[in-house]
Amino acid sequence: MEIKQTAIAGTLESSDIQIMLSKGQSGIQIDLESDVKKQFGDQINAVITETLKKFGIDHVKVKALDKGALDCVIKARTIAAAQRALKTADQPAWEVL
Amino acid sequence: MAETKERLRRTMMFVPGNNPAMVKDAGIYGADSIMFDLEDAVSMAEKDAARDLVYEALQTQDYGDAELVVRINGDDTPYYHNDIKAMVKAGIDVIRLPKTETADMIKTLEKDVLAAEKEFGRKEGATHLMAAIESAKGVLNAPAIAAASDRMIGIALSAEDYTTDMKTHRYPDGAELQFARNMVLHAARAAGIAAFDTVFTNMDDTEGFYRETNYIHQLGFDGKSLVNPRQIAMVNKVYEPTEKEVENAKNVINAIKEARMKGSGVISMNGQMVDRPVVLRAQRVMMLAKASHLVDEEGNYIEK
Repeated sequence: MEIKQTAIAGTLESSDIQIMLSKGQSGIQIDLESDVKKQFGDQINAVITETLKKFGIDHVKVKALDKGALDCVIKARTIAAAQRALKTADQPAWEVL
Repeated sequence: MAETKERLRRTMMFVPGNNPAMVKDAGIYGADSIMFDLEDAVSMAEKDAARDLVYEALQTQDYGDAELVVRINGDDTPYYHNDIKAMVKAGIDVIRLPKTETADMIKTLEKDVLAAEKEFGRKEGATHLMAAIESAKGVLNAPAIAAASDRMIGIALSAEDYTTDMKTHRYPDGAELQFARNMVLHAARAAGIAAFDTVFTNMDDTEGFYRETNYIHQLGFDGKSLVNPRQIAMVNKVYEPTEKEVENAKNVINAIKEARMKGSGVISMNGQMVDRPVVLRAQRVMMLAKASHLVDEEGNYIEK
């Protein structure tokens, strides 16, 4: 699926993660900033990648600013950003949730 | 009727639906019910994100024995249907409808919830409902609203919108809410469901909070909606039975057990007749005592 517009979801508050998606040409490229990148960077990237793949998004640039988010928050913010980027926020992707 | 009889609902804590820190920690404060808010606590631009967040949190977070409630957006908004579907799919215990004014609104909600249960393969009837009463019309229709569906577990008074509708505002003595509180409470009792009092928002006025909570406890409300976890212990304290009440309740329950074994219905204890209402009250006292950790497994009072 093609990214239709640059979209952002989440905040910079504690326990949150801000995910920004924009058009990309070469796979899912994640630029992650996190205080716990050394410990959890791979896991955070895996949650983001897996969620984007469920939407069928194969090419996208991801900017992720993590403030200590749990996996369920990372997944929720990625879903919200993806639906906004695909302009389908008013039709929730029930199969992805 | 949904399982309304035996559940304690002293505290219903509001949790803003788009705040990850509060959503993830909501289970640690010991509230009887946790109410995730998708409505007024969430800005228009974040309705989708809040819905996703609450949904995902419900899949993974452990909220213990708390009853999980979500306040959806009203049926006059574009978010209403997606909120229902997402929360039914998530397996929420109770959907709370804001600004309920008529029994038809609950009947419509019931239909929408049933359709969602079918769509997502959830057991039909598993999703319970409750109504928030926030206007003069809602208060006058409260008895019909409370009895509008077998899924209903409670109704709540929401005083901010209500007092605005009544062209007044909230006063410390609560006189402006007298009629509404009694209507909502009677509607709930007549329908056999729970009654929740409104929030008390001034966190600095501890005395006022206790005054109001004692008052609604006296009226007979099941409990109160809360905006701050600090208020949970305060409400529980008001609802905590005294040692004397616990001892008396235990005696009543033992006496009725003995009477049943002997095959008699009505008994007398210390010269007073013990009949059904006395027994029911005793059972509620023991339930409250257990929840307040005042008694052991056998119901013996634990000295502090």
